[in-house]
Amino acid sequence: MGWALLFIAPATIGLVALYLWPFLSTLIKSFQDVPAFGPATFTGVDNYTELLGDGEVWQAFGNSALYTAIVLLGIPLAVVLAALIEQAGRGRTVYRVLFFLPVVTLPVAIGMVWRFIYNGDFGLFNYVLSWFGIDGQYWVADPRFTIYAFAAVGIWMGLGINLIILGAGLQAIPKAVYEASALDGAGRVRQFFHITVPLLSPSIFFVTILTVIAALQMFDLIFIMLRSVNNTALADSKTIVYLFYEKAFVQFQQGYGAAIAIVLLIVIMIATALQFRLQRSWVFYG
Amino acid sequence: MAERRRTWPVHLLLVIASVIMVVPFVWQILTLFKTTSEVSRIPPTILPQEFSLHAFETFFSTVPFWSMFAVSTGSLVLRVVGQVAVAALAGYAFARLPFPGRNALFGLFLAMLMVPSQLFLIGQYGLIRDFGLLDTLPALAIPGMFSAFGTFLMRQAFMNMPPDYEEAARLDGANPFQVFWHVMLPMAKPTLAALTVLTGLYSWNDLLWPLIVSPSGENRPLPVGLAGLQGQFGTDYPTLMAGAFVCSIPLVIVFLVLQRQFFRGIASSGLKG
Repeated sequence: MGWALLFIAPATIGLVALYLWPFLSTLIKSFQDVPAFGPATFTGVDNYTELLGDGEVWQAFGNSALYTAIVLLGIPLAVVLAALIEQAGRGRTVYRVLFFLPVVTLPVAIGMVWRFIYNGDFGLFNYVLSWFGIDGQYWVADPRFTIYAFAAVGIWMGLGINLIILGAGLQAIPKAVYEASALDGAGRVRQFFHITVPLLSPSIFFVTILTVIAALQMFDLIFIMLRSVNNTALADSKTIVYLFYEKAFVQFQQGYGAAIAIVLLIVIMIATALQFRLQRSWVFYG
Repeated sequence: MAERRRTWPVHLLLVIASVIMVVPFVWQILTLFKTTSEVSRIPPTILPQEFSLHAFETFFSTVPFWSMFAVSTGSLVLRVVGQVAVAALAGYAFARLPFPGRNALFGLFLAMLMVPSQLFLIGQYGLIRDFGLLDTLPALAIPGMFSAFGTFLMRQAFMNMPPDYEEAARLDGANPFQVFWHVMLPMAKPTLAALTVLTGLYSWNDLLWPLIVSPSGENRPLPVGLAGLQGQFGTDYPTLMAGAFVCSIPLVIVFLVLQRQFFRGIASSGLKG
């Protein structure tokens, strides 16, 4: 008993002081007006009513939802690539390493490189499009395109992690299942849809949960690709976490920032609960 | 008798995908050898017309790279060592040492695991500021030294170990810490490695927290310094690419050496969102 307390004390003190208490203080502040200097005053649900009528907040949630929806398209892509890599024999490790490179590259650096690639005047992306006769755009300066441009990078950045998790799931599928179906004359495509996808569905579900949570918290790309240039697209391209950062730590309206964070928590909880509900119809636990 | 299938279509598709994956990196490297005027040419030149090292000179003469590197590395070590130690101790207690209220306390850890990190930032910032730690190395590392996720991961590892070894050690008169240190911890090495890699990766890449607790710009880790570089050299793309390259390469090298540990770490747990 005494030993147990010694073992558990550091983690518990840290959890209470640096997580539980900050969480409760965010909750409390969301019901307060917290000026940058001076005492906070309770204002009831004022922050929340203000937030519901704030077009900027709605736009930020809309942007994050759009970003998340597009990034989810990366999951079918990851499943196909994971299945291909599984069949690649000796080259497997090389492919895994290549796909993993964005994961071990500073997100800030990734944002800088893609901002250059997306440059509307002399960027590589517009140049490649011109080979196909497609007109270039100002991908990260025109608010009609920014979220799509971020989402493409988001998919590119997330593939490495998804491939590793899905690869581990693929290795757990018994080879005999494939051999038996091959004897029955099933080709690769049939095997993919009738064996790989159903047997891999628990891993696909896990990857989906992680992807949605991470996508709803997107911050780094927008900070790097839009903020530091004199970019008018920023106003229309903010994500929830960017807006939270701006309110709480740039404008120091911590009460309003706290309310945005609480709403983010609620959105993530609903999104996750919804997925657990939906999984019953598509995830197969053999 | 499985028929041997042709693998070239598989490789063809994977090579196409790999090219798309690495083009941004190749473009970054080609660009950092170009001159500022060359990168704004239309259509772009693929290979540098006149090979220039100017971008590196500008980068190293305007950015305190080594001090940023030291801050990034120092806070990473502090955070990883702290988190692994704290989480291993707590994880062992949750797995093996009964005490009253254990399940309720573990429930609290799990609950915190579900909460997105932004919900803690305002309170954590307040604590760091009130303790006078803004712009210091400990400020970067302290919150990350405590992790519900790490505790959970370590608990799983200890729970999956057979109890026989512990019993044998206990019969030999070892106290719980000796059992933990000499018997259980060595067996948990794969999980310790996984946690080290995940925590290190997260610490190295993190932007938002360092941005918040380094308001003056002193003791900046690499991501914050690199973001600042862009504010300064908004359109000097060769310099920006050189900075992005130099700041990213240390972790890429570590990854190339320790790939198996990285893959194991990700596979065993998924990355904390």
